[in-house]
Amino acid sequence: MADNLTPDDHKRLFTLLSPAYLWLTVAIFLPLSAMLFFSFVSDMPGGDTAWHLTLENYREFVSNPTYFTLLRKSLLLATTVTLICLLIGFPCALVLAKSIKGRSREALFLLVILPFWSNSLVRIFSWAIVLRGNGVLELGLNAVLPFDVRLNLMFTTTAIIIGLVHSYLPYVILTSYLALQAISDDVIDAARTMGASPFTILRRLLIPLSATGLIAGATLVFVPIVGSFMEPRILGGRVGTYYGTVIEDQFVAVYNWPLGAALSFLLLGVVLLILGLASPALKRGAV
Amino acid sequence: MLRMLGILGRIWLGLILFFLYAPIVVMAVMSFNASPYYQLPFEFSTRWYQEMAANDQIITAAIRSVLIACATTVIATALGTAASVALFRYDFRAKRVLQALLFPPIAIPWLISGTAMLIFFFSIGIGRGTPAVIIGHVALALPYVIVTVSARMSSFDITLEEAARSLGASQWTVLRRVTLPWITPGIIAGALFAFAVSFDQFVVSYFLSEPGDTTLPVLIYTAIRKGFTPEINAISTIIIVVSMALVLFATRNSKFGGES
Repeated sequence: MADNLTPDDHKRLFTLLSPAYLWLTVAIFLPLSAMLFFSFVSDMPGGDTAWHLTLENYREFVSNPTYFTLLRKSLLLATTVTLICLLIGFPCALVLAKSIKGRSREALFLLVILPFWSNSLVRIFSWAIVLRGNGVLELGLNAVLPFDVRLNLMFTTTAIIIGLVHSYLPYVILTSYLALQAISDDVIDAARTMGASPFTILRRLLIPLSATGLIAGATLVFVPIVGSFMEPRILGGRVGTYYGTVIEDQFVAVYNWPLGAALSFLLLGVVLLILGLASPALKRGAV
Repeated sequence: MLRMLGILGRIWLGLILFFLYAPIVVMAVMSFNASPYYQLPFEFSTRWYQEMAANDQIITAAIRSVLIACATTVIATALGTAASVALFRYDFRAKRVLQALLFPPIAIPWLISGTAMLIFFFSIGIGRGTPAVIIGHVALALPYVIVTVSARMSSFDITLEEAARSLGASQWTVLRRVTLPWITPGIIAGALFAFAVSFDQFVVSYFLSEPGDTTLPVLIYTAIRKGFTPEINAISTIIIVVSMALVLFATRNSKFGGES
């Protein structure tokens, strides 16, 4: 790889790179800038009504406590789901990385991350079938248990959490697995011969050394959930009103796009803040 | 440590796999159940698949989804492969910045990307519809293609290019006869990932497709909100099977997540 590029190289570089980055500019970066602009207008330009620049949309967020409450509710949901994913995903990654060897590890790993590549909407829908009153879960439990249970988890926060954990768990397993795999078995063996208990090995060795993977996984779970709207709608029904569903409403039901843009932009601010806090770890992890 | 992990760990892993696959299996099984209310006893029937096949709306949406995914795959693979080659071959100042710019399409919640695209496409006159959906899907798929092709490329021995050039091959010949054949598995994997991303994409399609002129996932979302219909079970099962098969092929062609 040469540092000194000839003019020819520059031309080639430009030809190869510009289509991809031009596309990203048109589809991602310009839209985000446009959204920032439109969050400061009173009405969508181009319509029948006159428009002017205003802070009204942001004032709406500040003066109406509902938005703030919903944002907090979304953050709480994301925190809960992230913690659950870490708690059940990390042990799973640990087993995959340190306890299973050879081809079966590869196959099991693939099995774990495969669902993550299939339609999340469809997987959420499959939970709706399982969780609904008189549904498969209830019938199954009643067949096994001697007493009668009425679960009817559908349209509860629990249902939303179950569905979201199902959707995002593979992220945590993937990133933790990659981080744990990088830890040499010799280090663990050394600690053990020195008399460290399994718990000490976990606390002093495995968790600190895989922290980058854990943080990367947590971020990948947390960020999209703060903006989720489809999962709460399907599994939460009436209790499924979150910050994301309010934004969805502004765009598809109420048609108040400027307000939707402002709410989206505030969400983007929260997301960037979280990514910024996690970025030192993300950079070192570089999954 | 490792021994203790043994039995308990395998049980834990088994439980996780059960959790991940159980609802999908239930859905697949129920799609073959004659009762429209997911009731037991189970009575085998292909009724919902037949009704699905006779449902014009579903078939039209399915065809549209596949066409959009094909267009996305072709465009994203071409642009992504070109960019990967450039990012790998040359060292230049803006390289790290350009690589960092691949992050936002993946890291920003789709809700934000989707609504931002809607606003922007409307203000420049593209509006909603299939072209808008394709523009959005390509942007979301590009980073996956670039990462997959770059991963394959990192195992490429650059001296092979130098050897070819010293034997008199032109830059273009080197690319066509040496570099591209080597990274072909990565390109195939990237293409399959791009197809899967587009085929499965819901949020961006939801904001960008025209009402009544939608992709399969958007149609399913609307149907679920209107009330469950068992045909949705059938089409959902097909979607899951198709996307999992695609990704299995993709992982076989790349070293994505595997060992060695």
